[in-house]
Amino acid sequence: MPDFVALWVYLASKPLFGLTATLSVYVLAMSAYRRVGQAPWANPVLWSMLVLATALVLTGVDYGTYFAGAQFIHFLLGPAVVALGWPLYERLGELRQHWHRILLAALVGGTIAAVTAVGLGALFGLPREVLLSLAPKSVTAPVAMGIAEKIGGVPALAAFFAVPTGVIGALSARVLYTRMGFGTSEDDWRVRGFGLGTASHGIGAAHALQVHPSAGAYAGLALGLQVLLASVLMPLVFRWLPI
Amino acid sequence: MTDHGLEGLKGMAWLLVLQSLGELLAHALVLPFPGPVIGMVLLLPLLRVPGIHRQVAACAGFLLRHLSLLFVPVAVGVMAHLGLLATYGVRILVVITLSTWAGLAATAWTLRAVRERPAHGDSQGS
Repeated sequence: MPDFVALWVYLASKPLFGLTATLSVYVLAMSAYRRVGQAPWANPVLWSMLVLATALVLTGVDYGTYFAGAQFIHFLLGPAVVALGWPLYERLGELRQHWHRILLAALVGGTIAAVTAVGLGALFGLPREVLLSLAPKSVTAPVAMGIAEKIGGVPALAAFFAVPTGVIGALSARVLYTRMGFGTSEDDWRVRGFGLGTASHGIGAAHALQVHPSAGAYAGLALGLQVLLASVLMPLVFRWLPI
Repeated sequence: MTDHGLEGLKGMAWLLVLQSLGELLAHALVLPFPGPVIGMVLLLPLLRVPGIHRQVAACAGFLLRHLSLLFVPVAVGVMAHLGLLATYGVRILVVITLSTWAGLAATAWTLRAVRERPAHGDSQGS
């Protein structure tokens, strides 16, 4: 009888393991997500993370060993951020037409999201590294990591905080916006989408895209603007205002 | 397009070249923002060239459709911070929830406030 423990230890130590596990678990989580009608609570990033982290902790594989394989997926975040220029380019016409209104909303929304996160966090007595990792949570995870690194936060924490930020936005936007009096006119859909992309990045944008095409397009635009504004402004602000 | 497979690869090459340029510029000029973001800005004027636009679209479409997969490896990194979350997890969740609602509301409120202005006097000119 083969020694299963020895075989597991052998496989788990190979980079192939981290890569295979990440892709397989994500594909399964994605099919489950589609099966339940893409309900926000079934968010595939959230569930992949929970399943993989639990499995690694239970089997005693450390994060470094896992990441040796998972880094091949992680690496694609860089080119993916460059690729965000493409949906932004597709909307340049609309951006030129309403640029003052759109830019102002992106600036106000992004600032409020970051300031309330850092302010409330400080009020609750969270440590400095957590506060600085919370600041860029409304920006899409790969950029949030870069910003966190620049301002003295922890990239892994920033990417992790971006996940509940996206899920909570996707879960609550409909109720919140209906209470605020937004309806289902074309312009109201744009507002709803733009708000989701600003406060809840890619996960919010993916949700907006399912609800209405205009909401999705404006969410994509908002996500791209947040990437630009936050990565320019946050390192400057935190350089001048050290917490 | 019979050349579609290669189009996507060419698009990937553009994205990597632009990211590299972005990293170089960020490093050489000590810019405060991440290299890929500079790469994204450099991509915008290049997309006016129809050939490049087609190649980048073939690759970017695929990459962005599966964007959420790319977050998984770093999200799993939470297992390295379990101690921190055990201590502050609830407070962090409250902060994230409230600040996300504030961000959602503030963005929509600003858009509505600015929208209502042109209804009074059509000051489109000047």
